[in-house]
Amino acid sequence: MFGIHYRLERMAVGFVLAIIGVASIGGLVEIAPLFTIHRTVEDAPDMRVYTPLELAGRNIYMREGCYACHSQMIRTLRDEVERYGHYSLAVESKYDHPMLWGSKRTGPDLARVGGKYSDHWHVVHLANPRDVVPQSVMPAYGWLARTDLKTRDLSRHLQAMRAVGVPYTDEMIANAAADAYGQAAPDSPLAGGVTSRYGDATTVRAFDGHPDRLTEVDALVAYLQILGRLTNAARTAAAGK
Amino acid sequence: MLAHLTRGERQLALIILLALALCGLVMAAVGRDDPFGVHGALVLAAALAGALVVISGYYLPVARRPDLYYDDPSKVGILVAMGWAVFGLFVGDWVAWLLVNPDLTFDAGWSSFGRIRPVHTTAVIFGFGGNALIATSFYVMQRTCRARLPDQLSPWFVLSGYNLFCLLAVSGYLIGITQSREYAEPEWYADIWLVIVWVVYFALYVRVLARRREPHIYVANWYYLAFILVVAVLHIVNNLAVPISFGQAKSYSLFAGVQDAMTEWWYGHNAVAFFLTAGFLGMMYYYLPKRAGRPIYSYRMSIISFWGITFFYMWAGSHHLHYTALPHWVQTLGMTFSVMLLVPSWASAGNALLTLNGAWHKVRDDATLRFMMVAAVFYGLSTFEGSFMAIRSVNSLSHYTDWTVGHVHAGALGWVAMITFGSIYASVPWLWKREAMYSARLVEAHFWLAVAGTLIYVFAMWNSGIIQGLMWRTYNDSGTLAYSFVDSLVAMQPYYVARAVGGLLFLAGALVGCWNIWMTIRTAPRAADEPVAGGLEPRAGVPALQPGE
Repeated sequence: MFGIHYRLERMAVGFVLAIIGVASIGGLVEIAPLFTIHRTVEDAPDMRVYTPLELAGRNIYMREGCYACHSQMIRTLRDEVERYGHYSLAVESKYDHPMLWGSKRTGPDLARVGGKYSDHWHVVHLANPRDVVPQSVMPAYGWLARTDLKTRDLSRHLQAMRAVGVPYTDEMIANAAADAYGQAAPDSPLAGGVTSRYGDATTVRAFDGHPDRLTEVDALVAYLQILGRLTNAARTAAAGK
Repeated sequence: MLAHLTRGERQLALIILLALALCGLVMAAVGRDDPFGVHGALVLAAALAGALVVISGYYLPVARRPDLYYDDPSKVGILVAMGWAVFGLFVGDWVAWLLVNPDLTFDAGWSSFGRIRPVHTTAVIFGFGGNALIATSFYVMQRTCRARLPDQLSPWFVLSGYNLFCLLAVSGYLIGITQSREYAEPEWYADIWLVIVWVVYFALYVRVLARRREPHIYVANWYYLAFILVVAVLHIVNNLAVPISFGQAKSYSLFAGVQDAMTEWWYGHNAVAFFLTAGFLGMMYYYLPKRAGRPIYSYRMSIISFWGITFFYMWAGSHHLHYTALPHWVQTLGMTFSVMLLVPSWASAGNALLTLNGAWHKVRDDATLRFMMVAAVFYGLSTFEGSFMAIRSVNSLSHYTDWTVGHVHAGALGWVAMITFGSIYASVPWLWKREAMYSARLVEAHFWLAVAGTLIYVFAMWNSGIIQGLMWRTYNDSGTLAYSFVDSLVAMQPYYVARAVGGLLFLAGALVGCWNIWMTIRTAPRAADEPVAGGLEPRAGVPALQPGE
């Protein structure tokens, strides 16, 4: 064996090919089957896609690096299930490009934070977390409420998401900007389009309390409120046991 | 910088820089309503600055080619690496203090924790670590192959192109451009640029190997090669994404959910393996035996550890996803290979420490060699810790806590930074033809600051991580959870202070190092003669490593 190596290390090209070959095996064996084994991701026919506003909120979540301190993956451990709710299912992040499972909990897990607090709580908390949780070490995100949401290119976002496999319809893509406004302005004529395209269960609310102005905090709160609620798969699974 | 470039190379450099400037101009124009345009302007400015340097030196006489080796890029690379170290460590300590006092910010987007934390990780891993790897690899490949770099332009292209990538990355996070993939945050266009730089880097390496006057490829080069090759594979697969348009920064990852998580941690863990381990093992296999004046202890152990690391590490990423929605079989494979990984890891650490047999008096007297020795010890400790933490039941406690952060820093400060500082202190006098570093006592001071900082940091994070993990899973007598999340957060406060103090000591050490290196270049007496001071230049391959000994 060492004799073979003694010869191998005299050939640059052979050595390069050997490294590539040896290093490729692990990834191929572990990653490729995840795309082909059907059981990897559960079926959830009721799974809906993110609305344009929620997607914009998700992008703000990523931009601000929220994932550095908050996980979105409840593990199959008793204490986690009791603290955060049913353990996360693979299907719940099947439209997450990229996933935001996270790796660190400086703050609590957010996989099922949707519906846990009121919109108003989130708005106050984002403006200054210590107003509602005095011991918190989370940064204040005051500028989110001061910044208008950029909606002009939301159609392109949906289009790119469709290109990577999320089933957005032509209608959704065409109305992306209007739907973003509609979802945060329940009394406006645009609101109806949101529920007709994304389902009656979609939350259509003035998230920051100001239906006349669409800010980044509207988008982020809309996203936080949908976390864990895109599908009922986990609740159905829990009830079935 | 330009002195040794031939006229033709100067012309080519100018053409490349003007093409890059044009590229930046187009980016700035099409992305004027998007952060993409800011990066276009940055590329344009960087390219024009580079062009200005080339133009101003264009008519300088072409210096005679150095007979032996071409070391100017290594010199600049080392200085740039130290600059990134200070910047990255400073930002790291800042984010550490933010967890003590979250209001140490300016009520602005750019300065909030979530944006500057990736600035810290990118600046230290890719800025400091990457530049140190590039600089030392240029140095090591020439010596161990006994061949000069094939041309003068491509090393400069690699070095400056790589730093442009780092600049795009770090400035991008501040203005809100990120893919949110941990340790692969830069967006699609920066990723494409890195691929171009990397191809030139690989070609350069292979060209030097092809010109070598040693029959065998020395072990340090195996590691540098694995670093270059595997990082390329990881980078390309992990960053597959669809941009929303070619005039905007934002893209969407090709993969989603569970497949994306596995790809991300296959990348993430092997960034540790092939960037932070393989590359720096290459450094260790050259500088440690040279500084100690001893041949590598065992040729066979280097073979076993090299192929073990190359093979096993690629399976280990899934241990980041224990108890998640990732299928159980993948978790089990990841755990198994992580435990097996201890064998090649300890073979490397042991090989390094046994090499010091017969040179322990030098370890006592020479802080530079002691940096490398302590690095090997920390390498052994943190690889043991890593295998341990990859065991599913241990991971149920450690995952999501500060224990992981402590583990990473035991590796990053104790192993990566220490071996780098040791190698830099060894190479600065050799490169600048000085007798020795300006001050051995300052190297000593840096050593103790670095060791103290690392130990304080790691002990603080062990404590906070384990307390956190235990508090989250503690039940009271009535069978309900004993502590709220906020309770566990309050318990972290003293450890977060201690961690920030440890980081400050480490930063102070790096500043001492910068001063010492600067003074060495400026004032230290010149070494009597070439090739290098200390007469430690081993004839590559043969004395440092004895095949089939």
